[in-house]
Amino acid sequence: MASTTQIPTVPAPLPAPATTRRRPQKLGRSRPNFLGGLGGWLWLAIIIVPVYYVVITSLKNQAGFFTSNPMLPPAEPTLDNYKLVLENDFARYFANSLIVTLGSVVPALFVAFMAAYAIVRGKGRFLSWTNNVFLLGLAIPLHATIIPIYWMITKAHMYDTLLALILPSIAFAIPVSVLILSNFMRDVPNELFESMRLDGCSDWAMMWRLALPMTKPAVITVGIYNALHVWNGFLFPLILTQSPETRVLPLSLWTFQGEFSVNIPAVLASVVLATLPLLVVYVVARRQLLSGLTAGFSK
Amino acid sequence: MSTTTTTRERLSRRDQPSRRTLEKGPSGWLAAPALAFFMLFAILPLLGVLFLSFTRWDGLGEIKLDGLSSWNTVLADPVTGNALLVTAKIMFFSFIVQAPISLLLGVFTAASQKYRAALAVLYFVPLLLSSAAVAIAFKALLDPNFGLGPGLGLPFLAQDWLGNSDLVLFVVVFVIAWQFVPFHTLIYQGGVRQIPTSLYEAAQIDGAGRIQQFFNITLPQLKYTMITSSTLMVVGSLAYFDLIFVLTAGGPGYSTRLLPLHMYLTGFKANDMGAASALGVILVVIGLALALFLQRLGGKNRNASQLEGA
Repeated sequence: MASTTQIPTVPAPLPAPATTRRRPQKLGRSRPNFLGGLGGWLWLAIIIVPVYYVVITSLKNQAGFFTSNPMLPPAEPTLDNYKLVLENDFARYFANSLIVTLGSVVPALFVAFMAAYAIVRGKGRFLSWTNNVFLLGLAIPLHATIIPIYWMITKAHMYDTLLALILPSIAFAIPVSVLILSNFMRDVPNELFESMRLDGCSDWAMMWRLALPMTKPAVITVGIYNALHVWNGFLFPLILTQSPETRVLPLSLWTFQGEFSVNIPAVLASVVLATLPLLVVYVVARRQLLSGLTAGFSK
Repeated sequence: MSTTTTTRERLSRRDQPSRRTLEKGPSGWLAAPALAFFMLFAILPLLGVLFLSFTRWDGLGEIKLDGLSSWNTVLADPVTGNALLVTAKIMFFSFIVQAPISLLLGVFTAASQKYRAALAVLYFVPLLLSSAAVAIAFKALLDPNFGLGPGLGLPFLAQDWLGNSDLVLFVVVFVIAWQFVPFHTLIYQGGVRQIPTSLYEAAQIDGAGRIQQFFNITLPQLKYTMITSSTLMVVGSLAYFDLIFVLTAGGPGYSTRLLPLHMYLTGFKANDMGAASALGVILVVIGLALALFLQRLGGKNRNASQLEGA
């Protein structure tokens, strides 16, 4: 609130044209902002050129790639590269990614939601200490812990399994989930909880019948945020898995790159295929996806 | 406060057990599963990385206590100093590039014009790509023979971007910006949309121009958004691992070998887990110090102030 004091409150002598325009205007863009528009289109070019290049190149055959102009679409577009990628176990990598993502995000949401409820509604030293541990977890670059995690996973004979990816992913999703869910849960009016309490409801019942419906958008948001991070995660698969049977999509892109190193169109086709599922989600549910991406950071 | 006391008074007239549960709140056990997971796979490894930094281990055999020898190796190795320098450079340049662009694009896309909304839909496309995908795409695009340079017929774009140690750092900063500016734009867009329009209307009546409104209303109102975005940018730059690993693998030479990558390569490629753990400890200390410093800048009790701003 302190920041509002920066706005000049003393009414300066009003210039004549301003007084005549009393009708409230939306953000007051009276004349077009040419400089802003120029910058906006420039940034669009920066964003679109790589995407365009990837898509057109993935449709070229290898001879066409070496001879044609790199920035022009292929004279004879071909889907052979996509066929090659699909024939190279793409479906399995996709399924692995899906298993790891769902297997991490659902349990993480479940335990984080219970923890957020306890932290917001409960009292006592244990819960405030727990909250501080999670806040600390946000500040630490958790990737620094990969070596002990590798050690633990090998000791537990889980190396090169999907469970090896799921367990640390759950743990790493918890701090941010608890923080955001508890931020939203604080906004649920206390009176609602108290009236349910008077009706003799237990905390368990209040959690699922009041807190969950009231924070549903936040739960979805946090779920999407975590799902994107696990889906696109690279480091855990790199250090904790090895064989093609446990390979997930981002790692498969890297290995495709090694296997087809000279066949750039095929490598780029794998990039397109790996991005396609999220692109579909983006087209279908853009709003939810975008709000999930910032996970309420701008709340 | 008044509501709670009145309810308590009302409650005290009712049966005792429910009064007791009201005062206690939910059991701490509800937080136990999350805490257990986090302790086991995050806090315990955090202590483990400190422990392993005093050992010798090749990743397969026995772990042997080895005193300070890993630390001596790491601290005497000029590559460590170089990795710190590369990390600092990437962090600094990424911030300098990303922060203003994200802020301006956030303001740009928060406005109501139709064409801006349409542009925003395309701006956010990079968010859908994994770091590995972004790195592979740019590797192809920046190829001096089959990429952007020959495609547009512009010789200065046909450089060996990823092979020239003077250029590669800036290329990495650019690719990082390409991938992460959309995320921060989204944060700023959300922040701008929460600024009450009445402030702008009042400023207009006072005759403030667009530039004045930006500096006197938008910027001060975005204070907390800026702190959030900057914290994520700076602390996040300690986690730029996958993008650089696939794009340059730290090269050419050591020119893009930043700290997390140096740690990975020391541990899993050179099989010196002791030294890699020492580097991990350094990474944790730097990350923690930066996060605490940035939070201090933002002032205490952010949870309360966020609600107040809404």
